[in-house]
Amino acid sequence: MNEQTTATLGAARIDLGDLGPRLFRGGLVVGFAALAAAVALGWRDGDQLRHFSFSWLVSFAFFLSISLGALVFLPIQYVTRSSWSVVVRRLAEVIAMALPFLAILALPVLLNLGRVYDWASPQPRLLTPDLAAHKAPFLDPTFFVVRWVFYFAVWTWLALFYWRTSRRQDRTRDAALTRRLVNRSGAAILIFALTCSLAGMDLLMTLDPAWFSTIFGVYYWAGGFVAFSAVLTLITVGLQRSGRLVGIVTAEHFHDYGKLMFAFTFFWAYLAFSQYMLYWYSNIPEETAWYLVRQQSGWQRLGLLLVVGAFLLPFAGLISRFAKRSRPLLVFWAVWIIVLQWFNLYWVAMPVFSPDHVPLGPVDLSCFLAVGGFWIASVSRLAAADRLVPVGDPRLQDSLSFENA
Amino acid sequence: MIRDGLWGLLVEFEDPRRLVAACARVRDAGYRRWDAHTPFPIHGMDEAMGLRGTRLPWIILGGGVTGLGAALLMIWWMNAVDYPFVIAGKPLFGLPAAVPVAFELTVLLSAFAAFFGMWLSNGLPRLHHPLFGSERFRRATSDRFFIVIEAADPQFDRARTRTLLESLGGTVVEEVTDEAED
Repeated sequence: MNEQTTATLGAARIDLGDLGPRLFRGGLVVGFAALAAAVALGWRDGDQLRHFSFSWLVSFAFFLSISLGALVFLPIQYVTRSSWSVVVRRLAEVIAMALPFLAILALPVLLNLGRVYDWASPQPRLLTPDLAAHKAPFLDPTFFVVRWVFYFAVWTWLALFYWRTSRRQDRTRDAALTRRLVNRSGAAILIFALTCSLAGMDLLMTLDPAWFSTIFGVYYWAGGFVAFSAVLTLITVGLQRSGRLVGIVTAEHFHDYGKLMFAFTFFWAYLAFSQYMLYWYSNIPEETAWYLVRQQSGWQRLGLLLVVGAFLLPFAGLISRFAKRSRPLLVFWAVWIIVLQWFNLYWVAMPVFSPDHVPLGPVDLSCFLAVGGFWIASVSRLAAADRLVPVGDPRLQDSLSFENA
Repeated sequence: MIRDGLWGLLVEFEDPRRLVAACARVRDAGYRRWDAHTPFPIHGMDEAMGLRGTRLPWIILGGGVTGLGAALLMIWWMNAVDYPFVIAGKPLFGLPAAVPVAFELTVLLSAFAAFFGMWLSNGLPRLHHPLFGSERFRRATSDRFFIVIEAADPQFDRARTRTLLESLGGTVVEEVTDEAED
C-alpha cells in the first residue's frame, strides 16, 4: 500500500463499529415483531395461513434475489478485472454472505409446500391428471427440498469463498489471491447461472405448474440484480451519512451505481417483454393462461404499474449523467426501484393465491418487514466482523482514484 | 484570415501534469479558440480547460425520439391504413408486435445521431488541418503533449500570446502556418 492509499484510508472510518450491534438488534426486533404481526393477521384471515405463506414467499424470493445479485456481482468484478468496484466490494461480499441465513427464512416455505404449491397439495387443481403424472418426477416434494438444500449449499460455498479469500487478503496483501479469485470466477458465474435460474423457476414458476417459460429464471435474476444495485446504493449512502466511507466512495462510484440501476432496469424490462411478446404472438392457450389471469380482476392495473413504474419512469429518470451523479436523485430512484421490484414478484406470485382480486394488505407489509428485518440483522452482523473496505486488494488505489472518463 | 498565414502558436510539453497546469492558465487568461492534444485521455482535463458539457446527449435524444416516432407511424400506416390485412386474428395495429421494430429504429437513429453529431460538433470530415504541417506535432500521437492557441482567437496577439506560452514551462514554442493560404 502506498502513502496516498494509507492517507486516504487513515482519514476515513472504515469499520461498522457501534452501528453493527445497533442494526443487528434493530433488525431482529423489527423481524420478530413483524413476523408475529404477519402470523396474527394471517391467522385472522381464516385461510389456514395461505395468504401469509404466499406473501412470505414473495418477500423471501425478493431478498433472496438481492443476495443472489451480490453473489454474481463478485465474480463479474473479478473476470472483468474491474477496479472501480474494489472500494464497495466488501459490501457485496457481506450481502452475498446473507445467503446461508436466508436458508432459515426459506423454512416457512419448505416446511409448508402444500399450502403454496398446487403440485404439492393433496388435491392439485391446476394440472390435468396426465400432465401431473408427466411432471411428477420433477415436481416431487422430496426432490424439491433436496434441490433447495443443494442450491443453498452451492451458494454458501461460493459466498464463503469470496468473503474468506478477500478477508485473508486484508491481512496478507497477497496479490496471488486476486489471481486465484479471477481464475475461478468464470466457473463461478456458470455455476451461479445454472443454480439461480433453476431456483427462480422452482420458487416462482412452479406456482402455476402448467405454465412454462424458458426465460423465467433470467427474468427473476434480472429483477434481483436491479434491486441489488439499488440496495447497494442505499447502504453506501447510509454508511456515508453515518460518517463512514467518506472520501473513499466518491461521486464517480455513485455514477457507476446509477449505470448499473439504469442498465439492469432496461435488461429486466427487455426480458419481461421478450417473454410477453412471444406468448402474445403465438397465442397458444397453455402459454397465455398465465397472462390472462394477470390481465383481469385488478391485476392488470398492477401490471401497467410495472410497465410504467418499474421500467419507463426509472429509465427516463436515470438516463442522464446528471441524475447518476446526484446522490438525492439516486436515493429516490433506489427506493423506488426496490418497492417496484417487490411489486414485480408480488404480481408474479400472488395471482395464483388470489386470481379474483389483488389482496394487498397489512399481511404483505408485515412479511416484507419481517424478512427485511432478519436480512438486515444478518447483513449487519456479518459486516461488523471486519473492515468495510478490502484494504489488501492490489487495485485499491485504482479504485480510490477512479474517474469516469 | 491572418497576415502572413500564421494559423496559431503551438507549445510542446513532455509531461502530462505540466500540460494540465498550463491548460488551467490558458483558460484563466481568457482564450476561447484553443485546444490541447495528447496521446491518451487525461483525467481532470475537462476542468483544467474549462470545457462545458457537450450538447451531444440532446442530439442523441432527438435521434432516438425521431426513430421511435417514425417506426410507430410507419408500422401503423402500413399495417392499419395502407394495406390492412388480418394475420392470426391479431389487431391491425398491435403494440407488442410494433415494439421490436420501434426499439431497433430508436437505437439505430440514436447511434447515427451520436456518430454524426460527434462529427458535426468536431467539424469533421475534413481533409487537412494546419497542425499537420508541423513536423513536431506528429508526436502528439505517441509521447508529447501540446497546447495550441489559434490566431483567430479574439485575444490573440503574436507577441503577448507567445510570452504567455513561453511562461508555461513547455519545451518549445512554434508558429504554425496555414500553408494552404500561402
